[in-house]
Amino acid sequence: MAVSETHLKQGAAMSELPLEYQTPNDSVKILGFWIFLATDMLLFGCLFATYLVLRTHTDGGPTAHQLFDVPGFTSETFILLTSSFTGGLATLSMRNGNKRAVISWMIVTILLGLSFIGFEAHEFATDVLAGATMQRSAFLSAFFTLVGTHGTHVSIGIVWMLLTMINVARRGLTPATSRKVFIVNLYWHFLDVVWVFIFTIVYLSGVVM
Amino acid sequence: MWNEGPMIWTSDVLILLTSVGIIGVLTHFKKWKWLWDEWLTTVDHKKIGIMYLIAALLMMFRGGVDALLMRTQLAVPNNHLLTAEHYDQIFTTHGTIMILFMAMPFIFAMFNIVVPLQIGARDVAFPYLNAISFWLFFFAALLFNLSFVFGGSPDAGWVSYPPLTELGFDKGPGENFYLLAVQITGIGSIGTGINFLATIFKMRAPGMKLMKMPLFTWSVVAASIVIIAAFPALAIALALLLLDRVFGTHFFTMLHGGDPMMFVNLFWIWGHPEVYIVILPAFGIFSEVVATFSKKRIFGYSSMVASLLLISVISYFVWAHHFFTMGAGANVNTFFAVASMMVAIPTGVKVFNWLFTMYRGRVTMSLPMWWTASFVLNFLMGGATGVMLAVAPADYQYHNSYFLIAHFHQTLIGGTVYGLLAGMYYWWPKMFGFKLDKKLGMWAMVLFNIGFYVCFMPQYALGFMGMQRRMYTYPAGMGWGTLNFISTIGAYLMGLGFLFIVIEVIYSIKYGERDLTGDPWNGRTLEWSLPSPAPHYNFAVIPTVTERDYWWELKENNRTHELRPKAETLKSIEMPKNSARPFLMGVAFFFAGFGFVFHWLILGFAALAIVAAIMIHRALEVHDEYAVPVDEILETEAATGRL
Ligand code: HEM
Ligand SMILES: [Cu+2]
Repeated sequence: MAVSETHLKQGAAMSELPLEYQTPNDSVKILGFWIFLATDMLLFGCLFATYLVLRTHTDGGPTAHQLFDVPGFTSETFILLTSSFTGGLATLSMRNGNKRAVISWMIVTILLGLSFIGFEAHEFATDVLAGATMQRSAFLSAFFTLVGTHGTHVSIGIVWMLLTMINVARRGLTPATSRKVFIVNLYWHFLDVVWVFIFTIVYLSGVVM
Repeated sequence: MWNEGPMIWTSDVLILLTSVGIIGVLTHFKKWKWLWDEWLTTVDHKKIGIMYLIAALLMMFRGGVDALLMRTQLAVPNNHLLTAEHYDQIFTTHGTIMILFMAMPFIFAMFNIVVPLQIGARDVAFPYLNAISFWLFFFAALLFNLSFVFGGSPDAGWVSYPPLTELGFDKGPGENFYLLAVQITGIGSIGTGINFLATIFKMRAPGMKLMKMPLFTWSVVAASIVIIAAFPALAIALALLLLDRVFGTHFFTMLHGGDPMMFVNLFWIWGHPEVYIVILPAFGIFSEVVATFSKKRIFGYSSMVASLLLISVISYFVWAHHFFTMGAGANVNTFFAVASMMVAIPTGVKVFNWLFTMYRGRVTMSLPMWWTASFVLNFLMGGATGVMLAVAPADYQYHNSYFLIAHFHQTLIGGTVYGLLAGMYYWWPKMFGFKLDKKLGMWAMVLFNIGFYVCFMPQYALGFMGMQRRMYTYPAGMGWGTLNFISTIGAYLMGLGFLFIVIEVIYSIKYGERDLTGDPWNGRTLEWSLPSPAPHYNFAVIPTVTERDYWWELKENNRTHELRPKAETLKSIEMPKNSARPFLMGVAFFFAGFGFVFHWLILGFAALAIVAAIMIHRALEVHDEYAVPVDEILETEAATGRL
């Protein structure tokens, strides 16, 4: 954006920057996205706090210990961590200017994301069929909301990844599309980080307690 | 809607007539296209700021009518002008509107109008997001206000505590209106916080180091940080309560393990910082006003910055002072009591700095300065009563009493509203190209100020005499009658003051002193180097800043020509294109909210699908900018006599 073009140093220093930072417009957008991630982190922070307060409030209903299925959430974790890695490879290919590799790694990431969602949907469905609905107890309300919010984020991420891929396919790797690749992967890594907290605070400590 | 009595019918008719009137006028003057092209689809921060300002003033009127209704009801004992239920609705909408739909858009008006001009930028970092934020606020305000005629207003206080607000105790749609409207406007506010932080960090004119920024811009940094850190907590509190109400979960219910205190905590983790969100920009405004009208650089610039940032940090460690009486225990209360008192220190620093700036300055008592001077006295008292409230054991006496009402109005009105009015007067010429009339403005100021003390001083006493907040009427034998009556007179004086502002605006549109220089107050910061109103691209040439108060320095050294564009060196400027989508997104959010209020899930989800479609469209968009040709810049600059 012209608005800020005078604000960055031109010339030699510029070309050393990665593609997605090369126009001032794109670097502003990336900063904006980092700030957005901070708000999202706080959003999850509040949900975690709520979960921590309510996790023992089971009202005689199913407890974390009875509910959580170790192979299930372990697979989810592996899938999501792997997808974060493949997403990183997409960014790396973007840096190397390899459009086809970017698209391929994004497809892999999307597929992994979809299977993660599949596992999660399966877990939720099993719980609900067993009578562990989010209306059953405060613990379950908090559990479904926290994990479900993460799942919703992943679903949004999948759609977003798809749109970014279309952009790259159509327009090639320009500073603008590179920025989009970079940002969507930032988002994806962030979801991974949140999941690590869910994995430890919700699932692991739930099974152990 | 039809069985709710004459008050609602009258408002229905009035709303209908106003709408017909607006539509008629626009059609008559063939202004639809103009309205759409110039305003509804604009992404220009200055226009968005003006729209925020108009909306905020309208909401101040609506909230003010609520206030007068309440004060009328309380003027004499055993009054039955309003029913208990109606009174509950009015204090709820009054509080919610004043905080979220008046103070917030008012500060955003100032952010938008001033910040890019002050830092030498052509726009905000995300113009499109900026427009979305505005329309989310706007349609949320519409949704909230409609509750009054569609199904009933919320009536559980602006804090909306469960379990009172759980479905079991509160069936009506009012509470849904509250939850959805506040949620929608809150999303917009988060967008604004992100936007201005990115703008200020990334788009300052070359040479404008952080410590060379004007103090108003600094206050926007502080407020934006608090917005970013606080609003997510509100979003979660509201969302979980909505889940409880709509999907039958048990976060805050009394049954199945719910914990209402969790809501109270989440709410105030946002709620306390919120009052700093609205006061910090007011502090920034006072700093600009005091420096300009004392013709001196601000005293203790660095300590001003430090205290802004310190206040924004401490504001996170005080939230439990809103429920000292709820039995958290002595240690918790002590922590929060001490933290609350600590806020007084940086605030005191600021007050002293303003006073020292005025001391030995050549002070001109213009309208912004009058509001600033009145603020200082108010804030000294508000601060003192605040520290009184922070004494946890003493708070057991005045918790939820009229003492509290008097305290927070003293700070919210005497701090925030006075500050915003000062800002409005100060930057009005920059927005519209003319000054507001001083004489009428003085009437407004004097009436408002006297009214303020007449209205709220008695309430401190009433608090000590045991009068509780949110009482819709009281028996005669309590000895509260006289003071309440006086208080009501004060409220009407303030209402009169507000009317004078309205008259003043209308009068000044016709007769107000035109500002041809662009610098009517002999200002110090960059916005005054531009013509009034500023061209849509703001700066034809981006200045390179070397000093704090750069414009003042240039004037002192007769170097102002340096900021004038030169025909030879002008380049075309890329500006964002107008877009209809932010507006449409606001409309879609409105219908989504409306659908969920009445559990019309199909409408709700359909509207959300439209939001998603708009976002997808945006994601695939390629060009959202256009180049302003050099000719057009030449022409505009020549028209203001700058070439
Ligand atoms: C003309 C000026 C105003 C008058 C006369 C006024 C009067 C009142 C009255 C009578 C109440 C209800 C007290 C009760 O019965 O509990 C109230 C509550 C409240 N006011 Fe104001 N007010 C004014 C301006 C403002 C402003 C500018 C703000 C905020 C920026 C504000 C924020 C609030 C809040 C948050 C409440 C609490 C509502 C609740 O209890 O849920 N007021 N005001
Ligand atoms: Cu507080």
